[in-house]
Amino acid sequence: MSFKKMNAALASLIILFASNAHAEAPTPENTIKVNAAFEFNSIDPSVSGYLYTRMQVLETLIDVDADGKLQAGLATSWSTSRDGLTWRLQLRDDVLFHNGDAMTAKDVVSSLNVAKRKQGPLRSAPIADISMGDTAQEVVITLTTPYKVLGAALAHYSASILPAGKYNFEDKLTELVGTGPYKLYEFKPPHKLVVEKFDQYWGQMASMPFASYLTGHRAEARVLQARSGQSDIVFGLDPAAAPMLARSNKVEIIKSKLPRTLVLKVNAAHPYLKEIEARQALSMAIERKGISMAVLRTPDSATTQLLPPSMSDWHISDAPSLDKNLDKARALLEQIGWKRNSDGMFERDGKPFALRLITYADRPELTTVATALQAQWKKLGVDLKVDITNSSAIPAGHQDGTLNLALIARNYGFIVDPLLTLIKDFGQESGGDWGSMNWHNPQIQVALKGLVNENNPDRYRATAQAFAEAVATELPVIPIASYTQQTSVNKRIEGFRFDPFERNFYLNKITIK
Amino acid sequence: MKDLLFKRCIQLIMVAWGVGTLTFILMRSLPGDMAYRLAASRYGQDNFDSSTAELIRHELKLDQSAWSAYFSWLGDLLQLNLGNSMVSDLPVMDTLSHMLGHSLLLAGVGMAIAILLAFPLGLWAAKYGGWADRLTLLFSTSVRALPVFVIGVLLILVFSLELELLPVAGFGTPAHLILPSLALAISLAAVSSRIIRNEAKRVFDSSFFEFAQIKGLSTRKAFQRHGWRNLLVPVIAFFAIQLITVVEGVVMIESLFSWPGIGHGLAHAIFARDIPIIQGAALLMGIMFVVLNTLVDIISYYLDPRIKQEFSE
Repeated sequence: MSFKKMNAALASLIILFASNAHAEAPTPENTIKVNAAFEFNSIDPSVSGYLYTRMQVLETLIDVDADGKLQAGLATSWSTSRDGLTWRLQLRDDVLFHNGDAMTAKDVVSSLNVAKRKQGPLRSAPIADISMGDTAQEVVITLTTPYKVLGAALAHYSASILPAGKYNFEDKLTELVGTGPYKLYEFKPPHKLVVEKFDQYWGQMASMPFASYLTGHRAEARVLQARSGQSDIVFGLDPAAAPMLARSNKVEIIKSKLPRTLVLKVNAAHPYLKEIEARQALSMAIERKGISMAVLRTPDSATTQLLPPSMSDWHISDAPSLDKNLDKARALLEQIGWKRNSDGMFERDGKPFALRLITYADRPELTTVATALQAQWKKLGVDLKVDITNSSAIPAGHQDGTLNLALIARNYGFIVDPLLTLIKDFGQESGGDWGSMNWHNPQIQVALKGLVNENNPDRYRATAQAFAEAVATELPVIPIASYTQQTSVNKRIEGFRFDPFERNFYLNKITIK
Repeated sequence: MKDLLFKRCIQLIMVAWGVGTLTFILMRSLPGDMAYRLAASRYGQDNFDSSTAELIRHELKLDQSAWSAYFSWLGDLLQLNLGNSMVSDLPVMDTLSHMLGHSLLLAGVGMAIAILLAFPLGLWAAKYGGWADRLTLLFSTSVRALPVFVIGVLLILVFSLELELLPVAGFGTPAHLILPSLALAISLAAVSSRIIRNEAKRVFDSSFFEFAQIKGLSTRKAFQRHGWRNLLVPVIAFFAIQLITVVEGVVMIESLFSWPGIGHGLAHAIFARDIPIIQGAALLMGIMFVVLNTLVDIISYYLDPRIKQEFSE
């Protein structure tokens, strides 16, 4: 190829890139750049809505504050009838969609009806009917049985409000139009999303014209993004890399507790795990402090409880000791007929105490913790085989009964009120895909399910505490550590706020120095 | 020439059918329930359970028989319809053209830089031998021993963190293209520079090259008239094979640099059991393989008079 031709080719390549430029394009100066690990692949709120509420494109009727209390969102207020079967929600009257249309009760009824047919907490809510109320700004939800947690379900991203005409006859969303302070500007799944300030927002207007989200699959690349200043906010830092990043004078590391817990799911019908003593011995042999210090790098995250102190109804203040006690653990196993052989491993009726644990690679710490457990239980005298697989193997293993143990990171704040997740996980004897398995405690299980219509706060707390006690002593799952989210925030950012329920990045409150 | 193109057309159709069928059989025979895999990928680990898997099974008609699924895919393929992704529900064609476009851009620029690096290095090593040869061999072996991912991180450390010249990751501007394509180019040049060195050495040591010089041509003239063509035929064939490895093997580079390419996309589709995307991607790659081979044949046809003779006989 001659030089002339090569020059012409280069010039056309440059023009190709330049033609992509927009008149008022996002620049590093006018854009808040966010980076995290999760991919998005659809505009449907039931699928990838977590990103659109966080990037403030979509909003829900009910909002949540940092303590998990419900607040007014697109609905200004709501009331429940005396029998608990009718909910009336008053809508804000000054809300415009990004296409300029005003939000009406019709849009809300359509959005909630679609959400009810799709994946999300509304699908399992006992809803008989969702309809428009007496006024244009009122929506009425009728239930078949009282359901106190409906507010929490309505605060979930899958219940975001979109214009009525945007869904086709198959409930497919044709365009992402929301009500939030930012509207969609560029949509390049699964990696890049750019949003632009919406000038007719009803609430606090965003001060930065643009915000962008980039999926960073590799933890190493995310740390480098933060260090180089090319991302302003980087979520989900690798615990091992965070101290190195903290020494940089460009960024600040923010540690926030999450209602997510690292737990061992236990098949309580397994011949070696059906006795409480066996589960207690396994729990007692776990070096929780070591795991939280060396793997999670947050020494105070070790726990024996399912839920964090911030969810005080569900947290027992005088919890059992965290300390490992091998002697006591061995004594417990000997009580139920296990004997140590010449290699120091436990045997009963000639069979070794051998178990299989499955976990998944989506979260890098899980595999490390799994191998730590393998080493720690070997010291106890229990042989553990670890299988790293896809997360879907856990619900599948629960359903077909083949699962022994699974190491999971369960998010109890996924729906703002943990009760809905707990009922799903522990509310029946068969258990839940991500919770107990064949755990038999009908009294606690029935009481737990009854809490969906418990109005007395004292009785509610008493039941919740009884549940937490039962989990701590009978160990249908074995909690190991709680999660701390480490976020890197560039010092040019002002007004960053972390949402422990991971619903919102609060971009509209951010300014750039 | 017509013969060659006709043969390739037949090959194209056979490859499309064969690759599609093979991926279909392989994907169906993998262990694990497809509905569960799809549910985990579509809704995320926090938001799915067995009831979600049943919802997906019903929605995507996963319980139909393998034969009926296969024939409905074949029917769609005959109408050039690759279907929709089972995870994102977006048309496979749109998703793949977005990914393949980015991969080809990365591969093309990476190959171009690799050529710029490999030719001077290879020719230098062949011409001077001795230290020059050992030095390039050392470069080639040590780069080859590093995973391409490490080369990428090293480049980021130097150009993004120390010198603050280029972005760490992302896409959309020419600046974003430089580091991933350079990482790719360095790893490619490590092998191709050796191939070029070997071919050049073969030419330099050959009797026809010696004869050209004895005839009175300067080394430079002899190389221009008799060296290039001889050297290029095997080298071009090698580059064509390498391009395929590049497009399918850039998974690490693509995920390190958040580059939305087909290597990374295909790996994710396999984790998710997103069969339409896997079949579509395999199909496109198969077609690309045939097209590239045809291009190489055409180039060789013009470069190498012996091939012309063969076809005219």
